Amino acid sequence: MTITGIAAIGAGLAAIGAGMGIGRIGGSAMDAMARQPEIQGKIQTSALILAAFVEAVALFGVVAALIV
Amino acid sequence: MHHVKDAHEFHIVDWNGKPISIALPIILWTDNGLVTFMSSEFHHDDSGHHVVEKEGLKFVKFHEKIYQLNAGAESVMFDEEHHPTNAGLPMDFSITRNVFMMWVSVIVILLIFITAARKYKSSTNNVPKGIAGFVEPLVVFVRDEIAKPMIGEHKHKKYMPFLLTVFFFIWINNIFGLIPIVNGANVSGNIAFTLTLAVFTFIVVNISGNKNYWKHIFWMPGVPVPMKIFLMPIEIVGIFVKPISLMIRLFANITAGHIIILALMSLIFIFETIAVAPVSVAFALFIGLIEIVVTAIQAYIFTVLSALYIGMATEDAHH
Repeated sequence: MTITGIAAIGAGLAAIGAGMGIGRIGGSAMDAMARQPEIQGKIQTSALILAAFVEAVALFGVVAALIV
Repeated sequence: MHHVKDAHEFHIVDWNGKPISIALPIILWTDNGLVTFMSSEFHHDDSGHHVVEKEGLKFVKFHEKIYQLNAGAESVMFDEEHHPTNAGLPMDFSITRNVFMMWVSVIVILLIFITAARKYKSSTNNVPKGIAGFVEPLVVFVRDEIAKPMIGEHKHKKYMPFLLTVFFFIWINNIFGLIPIVNGANVSGNIAFTLTLAVFTFIVVNISGNKNYWKHIFWMPGVPVPMKIFLMPIEIVGIFVKPISLMIRLFANITAGHIIILALMSLIFIFETIAVAPVSVAFALFIGLIEIVVTAIQAYIFTVLSALYIGMATEDAHH
């Protein structure tokens, strides 16, 4: 296996991790919205920000894979 | 991949085997001073064969890089890794595709906002009319959903111009990156562009940082002394990691979107059958629609995180 292949697998693993993270954030945000619809806007904002943070880690993985 | 990168000409479409493109000026700083010519002089050659002679210097274009041939060389030579052996890189200040598109978006933003501002001046009862009716909800959104909760009720006014500029500039550039004809102008998918924006955030955050902010970085209050020493390097790295993550997030999101659309379209040529075309066009359209949402979300995320960092830097002591 070439180094590019290994890098691609690494990028895929990073995507799996981020998928699990964002999935958990989304699920919990939905739960919270169902319980307290009155603060829906606030929950949505923080969920988006947290998703951006989780996603950043995956993107670091992808960029590192691209550089290799 | 060439469509995602920056280029020296504005390639629109191939017609009967002949490329149709807009030539852009090339500005080089060489040993003999400033050299300028139009990119059309390369005759769409990107493999380094066509030599342009200006001011006694010879130039070739290879993979969107302009090389200056060494004295006496007639054509460019490459080693195994495709690095030219008898040519150097002059300093390149050319008006490339991205720079051109950035100016276009600046002009569009100026037109929209100057018209909107005029509308407010001419109206007697301050009711937004025309384009102002489109701009006002967005500005209010940035103020009420981004600046006020992140920075604070009485401090947010100072940072509104910065946040609004960043938000609209990123958004308009993202949208321009999605227009198929100018698809090559992938401005916000260029790491130099996002780097510049992130550097602006870095400067604003650290200049507006108060005593409390620096205290939290260099001598974290409320923890034992060994922990303070341990936390200091982490916090110092954190100052730089924040803008770097902003830079990579915007760059990678936009580039990833463009690469996905390109990859779906390339499937037609990889399978070499027209039967795949409906599927890949449908998927590309689907991704394209998602990308329209992503343009706004990424502009929003960049602005929110900038506001969050500014808010952290200007927070008052509360313990």
